[in-house]
Amino acid sequence: MLTGVRLFATAALSALALATAVPVRAATPADTLVQAWAIDDMISLDPAEVYEISASEILGNAYQRLVTYDVKDVSKLSGQIAEGWTISADGKTLSFTIKPGQKFASGNPITAEDAVFSLTRAVKLDKTPAFILDQFGLTKDNVDQMIVQTGPMSLDFHMDKPYAPTFVLYCLTSTVGMIVDKKEVMSHEANGDFGYGWLKTHYAGSGPFKISQWKPNEAVVLERNPNYGGPAPSMARVIYRHVPEPATQRLLLQQGDIDIARNLSSDDIKALKTNPDIKLESGVKGTIYYMGLNQKNQYLAKPEVREAMKYLVDYATIADTIMGGLVKVHQTFEPEGFLGAYDKNPYALDIQKAKDLLKQAGLPDGFKVTMDTRNTPDITGQAQAIQQTMAQAGIQVELIPGDGKQTLTKYRARNHDIYIGVWGPDYQDPNSNAQGFASNPDNADTSQVKTLAWRNDWDIPDLTKQTDAALLEADPAKRAAMYQDLQQKALDTSPFIIMFQQVEVFGIRKNVDGVIIGPSFNDNGFYDVTKH
Amino acid sequence: MTTADIEPEGRHGALPPWLLRLGRLLLSLVFTLFGLLLVTFVIGRVVPIDPVLASVGDRASASAYHAVYLKLGLDKPVWEQFLIYVNQVLHGNLGESVLTSRPVLDDIRDVFPATLELSTVAILLGTLVGIPAGVWAAVRQGRLSDQIVRILGLVGYSAPIFWLGLLGLLLFYAKLGWVSGPGRIDIAYEFDVTRVTGLMLVDCALEGQWPAFWNAVSHIMLPASLLGYYSMAYISRMTRSFMLQELGQEYIITARVKGVSEARIVWVHALRNAAVPLVTVVALSYGGLLQGAVLTETVFAWPGLGMYLTNSLGSADMNAVLGATLVIGAAFVTLNLLSDVLYTFLDPRVRRRG
Amino acid sequence: MTLIASREWLLTEQPASRGQARFGQAYRTWLALRGNRLAMVGLGITVVLILMAIFAGMLAPYDPVQGGDLRTERLLAPSWAHLMGTDDLARDILSRILYGSRITLLVVGLVAVIATPVGLFVGTIAGYFGGWVDTVLMRVTDIFLAFPQLVLALAFVAALGPGIENAIIAIAITSWPPYARLARAETLTIRDADHIAAIRLQGAHSARIIWGHVVPLCLSSVIVRVTLDMAGIILTAAGLGFLGLGAQPPQPEWGAMIAEGRQFIIDDWWVATMPGIAIFIVSLGFNFLGDGLRDVLDPKARK
Repeated sequence: MLTGVRLFATAALSALALATAVPVRAATPADTLVQAWAIDDMISLDPAEVYEISASEILGNAYQRLVTYDVKDVSKLSGQIAEGWTISADGKTLSFTIKPGQKFASGNPITAEDAVFSLTRAVKLDKTPAFILDQFGLTKDNVDQMIVQTGPMSLDFHMDKPYAPTFVLYCLTSTVGMIVDKKEVMSHEANGDFGYGWLKTHYAGSGPFKISQWKPNEAVVLERNPNYGGPAPSMARVIYRHVPEPATQRLLLQQGDIDIARNLSSDDIKALKTNPDIKLESGVKGTIYYMGLNQKNQYLAKPEVREAMKYLVDYATIADTIMGGLVKVHQTFEPEGFLGAYDKNPYALDIQKAKDLLKQAGLPDGFKVTMDTRNTPDITGQAQAIQQTMAQAGIQVELIPGDGKQTLTKYRARNHDIYIGVWGPDYQDPNSNAQGFASNPDNADTSQVKTLAWRNDWDIPDLTKQTDAALLEADPAKRAAMYQDLQQKALDTSPFIIMFQQVEVFGIRKNVDGVIIGPSFNDNGFYDVTKH
Repeated sequence: MTTADIEPEGRHGALPPWLLRLGRLLLSLVFTLFGLLLVTFVIGRVVPIDPVLASVGDRASASAYHAVYLKLGLDKPVWEQFLIYVNQVLHGNLGESVLTSRPVLDDIRDVFPATLELSTVAILLGTLVGIPAGVWAAVRQGRLSDQIVRILGLVGYSAPIFWLGLLGLLLFYAKLGWVSGPGRIDIAYEFDVTRVTGLMLVDCALEGQWPAFWNAVSHIMLPASLLGYYSMAYISRMTRSFMLQELGQEYIITARVKGVSEARIVWVHALRNAAVPLVTVVALSYGGLLQGAVLTETVFAWPGLGMYLTNSLGSADMNAVLGATLVIGAAFVTLNLLSDVLYTFLDPRVRRRG
Repeated sequence: MTLIASREWLLTEQPASRGQARFGQAYRTWLALRGNRLAMVGLGITVVLILMAIFAGMLAPYDPVQGGDLRTERLLAPSWAHLMGTDDLARDILSRILYGSRITLLVVGLVAVIATPVGLFVGTIAGYFGGWVDTVLMRVTDIFLAFPQLVLALAFVAALGPGIENAIIAIAITSWPPYARLARAETLTIRDADHIAAIRLQGAHSARIIWGHVVPLCLSSVIVRVTLDMAGIILTAAGLGFLGLGAQPPQPEWGAMIAEGRQFIIDDWWVATMPGIAIFIVSLGFNFLGDGLRDVLDPKARK
């Protein structure tokens, strides 16, 4: 008997001792920056394919583009790999010259040949982001005539129309405009794939860091690029570790196991404000939270109903409580930080006004409607809060939850009543959102162009023309005014209830300085980071 | 799992019965695996998600969309798609994961060791605690200690493991700091260890990286203890009932009469005989751990098969979901088969009967 | 008087009718079960759960779905106003748990209602006819048994789409095989019994024999097995809910509530802890009850 007890106790104790005797090491190495972030959206490292938030940021630290902008003031455009550019008299050609003496991480020199190769390669590979370049009249077949090398360090970029230069340049700052090392990439080419199979998981750029390792859903490691033309970063390594849970990220941050937590929840942010070891830094991002009201629904098609519903969202309370710190109220479709952004937020919760409007619409007792809700905590929380305020005016909203792919499939088929979700601009130019929210060239069910306006059956020939016209306006100030006019019209009549703009918050250990949080995800930079 | 038990006994006098039994088991394995394939294929076909959309994203051009549509073979009739599927799986091709853009099999090969390591440590803990506890309960049958073991076991069956994991993390990691947090090893060590077997503890030990080794131990302790608790509950209960059977046998009474010490009777005579069915029990609960691992790994950010499965589910990556399901199913079947085979070879009674 | 009389009637060694024998058997089982303290605790918990589900509307102090004021009533710690605190949408957690008991009972009930007949059907047919019918049906059963339950349910829900109905279907699809095996084993022992042979000689149709004579005999052992599995069903449903694949917001399903509370676990422990305790107590209750039932009904374990 005794033996049994003793054995049992020994086993239990040794298990416990094993667990407790181990010292837990905190603090990360001095030359390494460690971040926890949900990076499970990453599917590729090839600039011609990358379209995901996490991969965009990583490429932003590892590649360079022809042109860039000041992250503090996006209207200041400047050359990055390019020294400068000129615009032809007819407005249909941009000529770039490349800065001399620059090198890729591999040691190969950066020339106009690389730039032409990178841009034509993206068009020919025709991956998801290729449309950003295709907008200028580029196709697989004509791209070799449209983007041409004119000298060892110069190239011409031809377009089918005299697009606004700001539009072209902003598009070239996106990840699809990143310059890859032609020699390196083509040495890994297989079956005419332009090295795509290799670059998907490898690196051939010239940014401050090089991507040395990517373990999907686990970690990404960046290492200092010794051949970088600018000032050398003080961090030798930047490590992204995939941690999906906000609460876990916070624990890791508090324990000093990581330097930066990237997906903190509003309540984590509130709690960390008082923590002496941690500081919070934030920046507005282009992502917008909105609802789309399908005009195929008989109730939602009434203009008074659309307006009434804009008064039935408690914008301020949601922004202060369940989304606290992670969004700011923003009701126009161009996000802050974009050319033509329009800072007007006329709507607030007003039950009485909404009831009056519903009466005018002939629906004094309200109506029933469904809302397709993606099952992430932020969207679900917002939807439930909105459900409560809508009910106060008699509008009974039934939530239909689903995962992202399901709700999107339904949305794209125009089978929803209300869709609540997020929209992020594709590139740092106002046209991206204007085209989504205020353009619908063909409202037929068979249309190939499924803009957000199309998805909500909002037939707007006049606004579509205005959106197209703004694209060709060469003067930046006039162009900005055109977008502001569009936004005012959308604010008044559109079936979009635009609610918030995302604020990205970093929880950072006190000893870390120099993190740059830019307006777009590929602007978040870590090359200036120091630790003390 | 022993279908063969009830089937008519072999008439083929020429072959040794154990060989026949083994052959039958293997045949049923093949059949079951084929069934697994059919089930996963059917599941994959009824998804209300546009697989092309899941692959190319919301904003792809029409031509990019169509290219993927053809690549996925969606234009062919269903039976043809199934044949293609079976053929591919037989060639070790489980398709490409949308999430990682890598072959699913490569992904699984990468993540499987993490699950293997976790469940092996868990089963060790569960066995080391569960068998003595079960023996103890059997010896003290009906008394307080028996009740305690029984209640502890039932508690193990009843608590949601993901909830215990969350509370455990909060208490032992966040508040007390006794163990390390989520993940397999601290980031500081992560890049010091080269991957040889994929088993973190083994890799650290092979390279003699003892600080890293102990760090990995402090990471695995909590999730493995929780998982181990579940198998402990099962193992202790089965041990108790096997031991009760043995302790009631005549040879035990004979031994007692002969004056053999009680400890020797329990730990040597009885336990040795109970060991045969126990091996089966341990093998079965090892398979059951694969299931517990799905939820545990999600809570502990443990980069194993379970987390791979839930990640893929979250992004509707059906190739990965079905691949992981298939692999878990196959592992489960194989473990069951193994326990059958072990039983056949270890128990002289069964061996003789065939 | 009558009490004693009926007791004697129930416990008589010479029952006058089949009904009396059956009642007597049940009464003896009950007596044995009553002596088992754990089983009684389990039964008590189960009864409380059922009462909670029935009277949730009267017991719950607040609405389970409509929250209070987001600015002042969010994430309140347990207090007299909110015995279990409030969650991130200012909803009373106690009220949600009370209403959630309906979902839990619904899951357990529907799974039992779907899986038991399927298992009985497959098992009795296979056992009764034997031969190739048996082989085919049992192979199919084996295939379903080959997957761990949660994993197969996950795959099914992934295919059908998240939601409580689909979760119930998925759990039911993965629950019937053990019942089929059990029913088959029982049928094999009954199949050649004298009274079945007699009925067969009278020319009864197979379907009638199976439905009228085999199924009733298998029923009791299958029902015990289902009771034993209830805790497992609850945990699987909660696991699906936790992974976001079961009941969807704003439904107050306990597993989903833990998942929602997960992001507040550090500062607001009660949000995730309370529903966890509810799941734990209920499945412990079913386990105690099932354990006691097995002791009473399974002569091998009774020692």
